[in-house]
Amino acid sequence: MKIHEYQGKEILREFGVPTPRGVACFSVEEAVAAATQLGGKVWVVKAQIHAGGRGKGGGVKVAKSLDEVRQFAGQILGMHLITHQTGPEGQVVRRLLIEEGAQIVKELYVGMVVDRASQRVALLASSEGGMEIEEVAKHTPEKIHTVRIDPTTGLTDAEAAKVARDIGIPDVANAQAVKVLQGLYRAFVEKDAMLAEINPLIVTADNRVVALDAKFNFDSNALYRRPEIVAMRDLDEEDPAEIEASKFDLSYIQLDGNIGCLVNGAGLAMATMDIIKLYGGSPANFLDVGGGATTEKVTEAFKLMLKNPNLKAILVNIFGGIMRCDVIAEGVVAAAREVKLGVPLVVRLEGTNVDLGKKILADSGLPIISGNDMADAAQKVVAAAKG
Amino acid sequence: MSILINKDTRVITQGMTGKVGQFHTFHCKQYANGANCFVAGVNPKKAGEQFDGIPVYASVLDAKKATGATVSVIYVPPSGAAAAIDEAVEAELDLVICITEGVPVHDMLKTRYKMQGKKTILIGPNCPGLITPDEIKIGIMPGHIHKKGRIGVVSRSGTLTYEAVGQLSALGYGQSSCVGIGGDPINGLKHIDVLRLFNDDPETDAVIMVGEIGGTDEEECARWIKDHMKKPVVGFIAGVTAPPGKRMGHAGAIISGGQGGANEKLAVMEECGIHITRNPAEMGRTMQKVLKGL
Repeated sequence: MKIHEYQGKEILREFGVPTPRGVACFSVEEAVAAATQLGGKVWVVKAQIHAGGRGKGGGVKVAKSLDEVRQFAGQILGMHLITHQTGPEGQVVRRLLIEEGAQIVKELYVGMVVDRASQRVALLASSEGGMEIEEVAKHTPEKIHTVRIDPTTGLTDAEAAKVARDIGIPDVANAQAVKVLQGLYRAFVEKDAMLAEINPLIVTADNRVVALDAKFNFDSNALYRRPEIVAMRDLDEEDPAEIEASKFDLSYIQLDGNIGCLVNGAGLAMATMDIIKLYGGSPANFLDVGGGATTEKVTEAFKLMLKNPNLKAILVNIFGGIMRCDVIAEGVVAAAREVKLGVPLVVRLEGTNVDLGKKILADSGLPIISGNDMADAAQKVVAAAKG
Repeated sequence: MSILINKDTRVITQGMTGKVGQFHTFHCKQYANGANCFVAGVNPKKAGEQFDGIPVYASVLDAKKATGATVSVIYVPPSGAAAAIDEAVEAELDLVICITEGVPVHDMLKTRYKMQGKKTILIGPNCPGLITPDEIKIGIMPGHIHKKGRIGVVSRSGTLTYEAVGQLSALGYGQSSCVGIGGDPINGLKHIDVLRLFNDDPETDAVIMVGEIGGTDEEECARWIKDHMKKPVVGFIAGVTAPPGKRMGHAGAIISGGQGGANEKLAVMEECGIHITRNPAEMGRTMQKVLKGL
């Protein structure tokens, strides 16, 4: 689960990581009031969306007067901000962060990830602040300093001090940098984060180390014990179809093709998308109904797929294990009746009670196209989608 | 022979008295020698009781002492699953299989740290379990699609494993053992560990390895195969069409930071001599061609 920059900075401050003073705003008036309250002569008007690359997309502006704060806030609020992470339609900006300006001497990068290979939390730090870490890794990997953190000791003083020196933080600021890095680590562990980035972490003219940005991604499996993180969820930033799916415990991701897929199991669901593509079609979604699919879940899954205006055909691909094929077949028939299906439906059933399942589909009188195996079903649905 | 488990394996079920645990324990008992294999359950509040004829003990250690079991399977809900693994590790079992889906990653980081230097092998979490056909099934896979034979199967996904097994069985190729290593980013055995076991197993002739997007485990395994594997390997990777940055159902199935893409994995696997197929419906036939030397 992702949160906004201003929320990430609240968390950082809670763990002793300094950030510029700032106020989250929902209107131009609030933005001007926030700037007045913050005082000073320079403010930064920052679009709050969950995607990165906001600056390049025109979502971050430096204002040198209250009039400019008003002007930029007006421009940014409501804009469709397009970045390399939003997709071509962009993301509507509904929230702003108004911050005091900072005097930047150095821009650095620090991030934390769950490192699969070492099975530890890894700190990544680089002198190349403001750049995407992936780009730095590609072109100048020697500039990335990595510490794989021992969970019993946490990030030690010596490790943090060395990393701070390695990325060019001046010695006078070293002690403070150690606190910042350790604070980030504690936030990462205590809030069940999967990813945290401060990009840039800056050194100011008076040698303070300050987080100018904050990005967090949390483990959705741990949200049950992090109500304070759940409270930060912004549904406006999530795909409405994915929110709807999550209510029914369906795992759904919208794609740009025209063949809907309903599958049990995440791996088979991906493989079903892949085989559609292999036979010249294009999948409209990823949809895993899970191991305990009921008639209700299958019906909701059909409704979700049918909301997609591009949909031309549906492929149901079920390998019944715990899930019996007759139960799925009943669900498919009930769902197809309830939603008055207007597109061709291809069903491939395999596994437990497969014959009974096929009989239920055949006896339903519905125009269901039966697929003998995965390849046959994929070829049939691709042909059906082409009409 | 087989890898990890056989008809003589004795199993403790952690979380047996819950709804999921009861259901799967019943089916595991029904399969092959299951009635003799599943000898104990664990629930501190129900110690001394019996469930479906299986005695319940207060702890894994008590169950181990009383029955001599060396393996446990876990159906405990996500918030307690890592602690259940810890208990099995402290009781020095040989193997623990965690079926539970949705275990917090930071819990698994702590558990994996504690497992360093311990003898216990972990499979999962978020996995279907493993099976040695006609001998024993530990987990949630449908037993009837399997057939005894000489092909090993290892996979990160549940139903996609069944797909591979179903194709093999339909072509007349049985399986030595099938191992679902699970879809989580922080887990126990990886592809490479299971391939090592299959390589040393005299009753396995060839292996199907099924991977998916996310991480670089398949690449590491492929490089090991190139240098060490004496048996042919067929490979498939799910997620060629998956968009970057999106978690595709499994917690570990995400392309991030330019890493973990399916095409990259397939390219490395092919370079390393694995017989790859890009068609998930062709895993069985690809194996058939390899075995017939076509």
